[in-house]
Amino acid sequence: MLEAYPDNRLSRILLWSFCALVMAFLMLPTMVVVPLSFSSSNLLEFPPRAYSLRWYETLFGSATWMAALRTSLILGALTAMIAVPLGLLACISINRLGGKAAVAIQGVLLTPSIVPGILLAIGLFFVLAAQHLVGTLFGVLVGHVVLAIPVACVVLLPALARFDWNQVQAARSLGANWARAIGGIIVPQLQISLLSATLMAFLTSLDESVISIFVASGQNSTLPKLMFLSLRDQIDPTIAAISTLWTVIVVAVVLIVTLRQKS
Amino acid sequence: MMKSLPITIDSVRKTYGSYVALDDVSLDIQAGEFLTLLGPSGSGKTTLLMALAGFVRPDSGKLLLDDRDITRLAPNKRDIGIVFQNYALFPHMNVLANVEYPLALRKTPKVEARQRALDTLARVKLEGLSERNIAALSGGQRQRVALARAIVFEPRVMLMDEPLSALDKNLRETMQYEIRRLHDDLGITTIYVTHDQREALIMSDRVAVMNSGRIQQIDTPQQIYDRPSTRFVAEFMGEANIVAPGSVRRIDGADPSREALMIRAESFHLDAKLVGRDGVALDGTLCAKAFRGENWLLTLALDGGQEILVCIPAALASGCAELTTGQRVTAYAPAAKVHAIPGARA
Amino acid sequence: MTVLADTALAADARRERRFFLSLSLPALFIVGLAAILPIVWIIRQSFLTTGGEYTVGNYEKVLSSGLTWSALVTTLELSLGTLAICILLGTPLALALASARPRVANLLMAFVMLPLWTSILVRTYGWLVLLRRDGLINAALTGSGLTAEPLPLVYNFTGTLIGMVHYMLPLFLLPVYAAMRDIDANLIRASASMGATLGQAIRTVILPLSAGGIFSGSIIVFIYTIGFFITPAVLGGGKVNPLSIRIERTLSTFQDWGSASVLGILLLILMALMGVMFLAARRLIAGRKVGTAHA
Repeated sequence: MLEAYPDNRLSRILLWSFCALVMAFLMLPTMVVVPLSFSSSNLLEFPPRAYSLRWYETLFGSATWMAALRTSLILGALTAMIAVPLGLLACISINRLGGKAAVAIQGVLLTPSIVPGILLAIGLFFVLAAQHLVGTLFGVLVGHVVLAIPVACVVLLPALARFDWNQVQAARSLGANWARAIGGIIVPQLQISLLSATLMAFLTSLDESVISIFVASGQNSTLPKLMFLSLRDQIDPTIAAISTLWTVIVVAVVLIVTLRQKS
Repeated sequence: MMKSLPITIDSVRKTYGSYVALDDVSLDIQAGEFLTLLGPSGSGKTTLLMALAGFVRPDSGKLLLDDRDITRLAPNKRDIGIVFQNYALFPHMNVLANVEYPLALRKTPKVEARQRALDTLARVKLEGLSERNIAALSGGQRQRVALARAIVFEPRVMLMDEPLSALDKNLRETMQYEIRRLHDDLGITTIYVTHDQREALIMSDRVAVMNSGRIQQIDTPQQIYDRPSTRFVAEFMGEANIVAPGSVRRIDGADPSREALMIRAESFHLDAKLVGRDGVALDGTLCAKAFRGENWLLTLALDGGQEILVCIPAALASGCAELTTGQRVTAYAPAAKVHAIPGARA
Repeated sequence: MTVLADTALAADARRERRFFLSLSLPALFIVGLAAILPIVWIIRQSFLTTGGEYTVGNYEKVLSSGLTWSALVTTLELSLGTLAICILLGTPLALALASARPRVANLLMAFVMLPLWTSILVRTYGWLVLLRRDGLINAALTGSGLTAEPLPLVYNFTGTLIGMVHYMLPLFLLPVYAAMRDIDANLIRASASMGATLGQAIRTVILPLSAGGIFSGSIIVFIYTIGFFITPAVLGGGKVNPLSIRIERTLSTFQDWGSASVLGILLLILMALMGVMFLAARRLIAGRKVGTAHA
C-alpha cells in the first residue's frame, strides 16, 4: 500500500521495528509457557536449567486435572453438537425471511456475545439456583450453547449468503421436501463452513471460563475453572503443562479447520 | 412419448409492495406446445415462470395443469421439470447423481434409476461423462446435464428460464436447435423464457411478448414480427420505423391509413419498380449512411422531421455508394410490409 | 384495477413465513432461556431482600458505598486505557501489515491470531510468569541496568492493563487491518502524485478511510473490557477492583445477591451509556467526513 513512497526507508524501518516489538509482545506469554512445562525445577525460572517431564507426570497422575479435562472436552463436544444445528436452522431462517424479522432474530441471537460474561454468569447462576441446578453439567451446557450460537451464526450466515438458493429450488422442483432439501443439498455444500462452525463452537466452550466459574462446581469443574482457582492460589509448572497441552489441542483444531478450508 | 398437459394461467396477479410484477396475466398453453415468454428484464416473464414452478406465490388468480388447480400445490409435488438460468446443478454430486436425484426422491428402484439416467444422458449427448464432477464440465455440458435432470423423471411440463444466456453465440445456436428437437421428440409442453428476440422467433410455436407485468401480444413468431399489435411489440422485435400517416403517400395516390404505420427497415427499396402500385413512398433527406457488409443502413429525415432507418441489401444497393448526405431520397415499401398498429399514433 | 388478494393464497404465504420463522425458534428459545431470562432475573433480584421481599434497599446500599464509585472509575480507567493503548499499538501494526505483500501479511496475521486461539487463562499464566518480581522482564530490566530495582509489574493496575491489552489487541487489529487492506492503492499514489508526504498521505487519506475500522475495533474493545473478569481477578492481585470483581466478591464472599444484581445493572447502564456515546461519535465523524470532502 505504501509503495508510492519507496524512498522513505527510515520511516519503513521504524514502522517495522515497532511492529516486531508489538508482535513479540503478542507472542511472548504463549511462548514462555511451553519451555516452562518441561522444566525439572519447581521454581518458575526461565529459561529452565534442566528439562524433565515431571510436570506432565504430575498432571496425568492428578485425578482432579484429568476429570476437569474430560468435563471440558465432553462439554465442548455437546455444545458444538447442539449449537451448530440450532445455528444453521436459525441462519436459514434469517437468510430467507430478510427484512425486519431477520434483523430482530439476529439481534436476539447476538445478545449473548455483547452482554458482559459476568452478567450472563450471575444471571444464569440466579436462574439455575431457583431450579436447584447450580453445579450441574446442564447449567454450564446451556450457558455455553448460548455463547456458541452467535459464533456458529457468524460462520454460517456468510456461507449461506454465498450459497445459491436456486439449488434448493431445483431440488424442490425435482420433488424434494424441505427436510431433504436442507439435509441433502444445503448441509453437504456447507460442509466446510459447518466444520468450522463446529470447531469454533467447541473452542468457545473449551475456552469459556466465567460461566464455568460461577455455575460449575465439584465433579463438573471445567478446566478453565480449575486453572483459574489454581492461578489464584499458587502457580507451579503443572499449570504450564496443562497450558501447553491445551494450546496444542486448540492449535491442532485450528489447523484442521484451516487445512480443510484450503483443500 | 410422455403424456403432456395443457396449462391455463387465469388472471394471475403478483405485487411486491407497490410494484406490480404480474398484472392479471391470463394465458392458455396447449398440450405439447413450445411457448416462449419474451420481454425485457423486469417485464414479469421470470416471475410468471416461477409462479408456475411454485416458487412465487401469486396474490390472486389460478394456475391449472390440465384441469387440476396447482396454484397452492407445493413445488415438490408439481412434477414440473425446470432448467434454471444458472443451471443450479448440485456441485457436491457428480453428473449421474444429479440426474438420478429426482428418481431417488421418487423411490425409483436403483437399477431402473441408473438405466433411465444413463439413457437420458445419452439423449442429451453426454454418454461417458456420467462420472464427471460438475466443476469439470464446460458451460454447454452443464446445460445438457440441467436438461437431462429436468426431463429424466418424465415431467408433464418443462419450464426453462433463459437457459442459454450464459453460453457463447455459436453454442447458443446449436443448443437452440437441440432443445427444440428434444421438445419435438418428447412432445412435452414447454414454457421458455428469454429476452432474445431471435431466439424466441427461431424456437417457438407461439411467442408471448411481455412488458410491465402484462402480456402485450401472443401469436406465432411470424405474426409477432410482421403484425405487432402494439407499438412496444413493434419496437421490441427489431428495427421498426413507426411513422405518422401524413409522412406516407400511396404510390397509386389512394388515401393512406389514418393510424400509425410500422415499416421495418429491411422492407424498404430505393427502386419504385420493386414495389407494387399499392405500395407506399416516403420522401426525405439523407442524414447518414453506413455500409454494414450484407446491407447498407441509411438514415432519412422525413419532411415531417421524423427520422427513419432504411436497410437495403447489398445486392440491391448498387446506387447507395454514390449517395451523399443532404441529397433527396425516396424510400418505397410494398403494401404487404406496411402494418397499421391499431390505436397507435406516431 | 384493484383485485382483492386471494385469502387462501395469502394464508399459504403466511404459513410459509411461519415455517421459516419456526426454524429459528429453537435457537431463540435457548437464548431466551439462558441469556435474556438471566438478565431479567438480575433486574428482579436487585429489588429483592435476602428473604425475597420487595425492597429498594439494595440500591441505597450500593449507590451510597464509596467502593461502588471507585469500582466504576477503575472499570472506566481499565477500559479506556486498554482502548488507548490498542489504538496506539494496533493502528501502526495494521498499517504495516496492510502494506506488506499478501503472503507476508498472511503469515504475520497467523502469528497475530495465535494469542487469540490461546486460552485467556494460559495467557494470564504466561504474564504472571513474565511479570513477576523475579520474572523474565524484571530480570532483563535489572540485568541490562535500566532499573536498579525490579519494578512492580504484576498484582496491580499495570499488570491488569498489560493483560487486557494483550487480550484485546488482536481483536482490535482485525477490523482495522481489514479496513486498511480495502483502501485502493491508487488513492495513495494519487495523493503522492499531488505532493503529499508519507505523513500527510497517512493523515489525510489512510486514517480517514480506515476510521470505520478503527471505530469498529474500538467498540469491540469496549464491549469486551467493560465486563472483563479473569484478567483483573488474577493479574490485579486483589488490588484492582472494577465492577466485575465487585460483583463476584459481593456474590461469593458476602452472599449478597441483591447488591450484586444492582452492581450488574450499573454495568449494563454503563454499557448502554457508552454505546450511545459511541453511536453519537460515529454520527459526528460521518458528518465531518462529508464536510471535509466539500471543503
